[in-house]
Amino acid sequence: MKHARVAYDGAIHDAIECDGRLLLADGRLVDFDAVTWLPPLAPVPWPRTVLALGLNYADHAKELAFKAPEEPLVFIKGEGSLIGHRAHTVRPAGVDYMHYECELAVVIGKAAKKVKRDDAYDFVAGYTVANDYAIRDYLENWYRPNLRVKNRDTCTPLGPWRVDTADVPNPMNLALQTTVNGKVTQAGHTRDMIFDVPYLIEYFSSFMTLNPGDLILTGTPDGIVDCRPGDVVVTEIENIGALVNTIRTP
Amino acid sequence: MNRRPVLAAGTVYGVLLNSKDEWVAWAGQMGEAPYKAAPKAPVLYVKTANTWSACGAAIAVPARAPQVEIGASLALVIGTPTHQVSPQSALQHVAGYVLVNDLSLPHTSYYRPPVKYKNLDGFLGIGPRCATPTEVGDPNRLRLEVRIDGHLQQTVDLGQMLRPAAQLIADVSAFMTLRHGDVLLLGLGAHRPLAHAGQRIEICAAGLDALGVLTNTLVEETP
Repeated sequence: MKHARVAYDGAIHDAIECDGRLLLADGRLVDFDAVTWLPPLAPVPWPRTVLALGLNYADHAKELAFKAPEEPLVFIKGEGSLIGHRAHTVRPAGVDYMHYECELAVVIGKAAKKVKRDDAYDFVAGYTVANDYAIRDYLENWYRPNLRVKNRDTCTPLGPWRVDTADVPNPMNLALQTTVNGKVTQAGHTRDMIFDVPYLIEYFSSFMTLNPGDLILTGTPDGIVDCRPGDVVVTEIENIGALVNTIRTP
Repeated sequence: MNRRPVLAAGTVYGVLLNSKDEWVAWAGQMGEAPYKAAPKAPVLYVKTANTWSACGAAIAVPARAPQVEIGASLALVIGTPTHQVSPQSALQHVAGYVLVNDLSLPHTSYYRPPVKYKNLDGFLGIGPRCATPTEVGDPNRLRLEVRIDGHLQQTVDLGQMLRPAAQLIADVSAFMTLRHGDVLLLGLGAHRPLAHAGQRIEICAAGLDALGVLTNTLVEETP
């Protein structure tokens, strides 16, 4: 099942995909165009942990002139950076290089502490698509990638759908693709991750508890390009969804 | 673990290298690899919700790390959103102040984000009380005292922060909005004391009862 969270008719609704339309929890059936799409996540009673991987595809690491990491390179984002499908992301004035990153996002389903790799999928509720924009002009070598690069307002589109694990038999066998204004600029495959989903859940849960609703953004493959105001960026993962975003000026 | 200490349900951001003594301690390395330059924007990190420990809670120290760093700081709890605010107006967005103990496993490199050192379960002790802006006045006048088993181990002068509270909020708000309930930690002193399982940590602000005394006991992690 594909879950969404939308604003419609003055309220926020949970919804599911139903024959190309949205079935709201109150029974109304509405068109995709009729709603404002929010990140497809249920609210949580404490701030959501958003873990994001850097350099988790060997080709992308090479593209950025890094050797592949020996352990996961992870940074943390605040929930305030998330926005929904079909929203706008700000390109700051005067920067030279802002790029998308199409990433498989894992949604945690139950509290995970010291989980072994073989059990890891039991702790996953589903998957969604993240676009983890970066503005490379602001990179500094202190806790890199620093939050000025990676935790900006509007710079983490997420969605459109949260897809149940039952509908994704193998998350390590999914094609990823990004288009800018309809032209394919990034194409990769989740099988090329350096640290796969079970490894990441074992690794993180070895020292921190992952809670329901927490996210792991699993990194992006080769193929990043600069994006300008007006560009329509679609990050898409096979069987998960196509996340549409448009760049705007401040 | 009590998930409902006095903070509201926002994201907690810490800041590296904000105190003058920490900056001075690192200044000699700032031009060297891998840093290659002194940081320009505030260097932030996140203390995720799994790290939150209420005042009085026991905090588990992992067996792999015999000692932990004690990080006394003052939390600025945001009341109204800060989007590109000026230093002159920044403190108007603060709803209150809380003492914190930002625990870390000792680490010698600041190049990569410190998740495995700073985001262990329980690694943020949160004070017993959210003091109002009126009670606190100028937050930069405070001196935090760290006691381990009753002995004074460190005094952190918040007046020596390179970015005082208002400037820090303004500089962070230039690139990300702090929302209602989000929290910004003002920074840590250098030469942070180390402690081990079995010890009792107390943090207070000298001469200001309104913040209370943050107390946590370190215990060995159960396997």
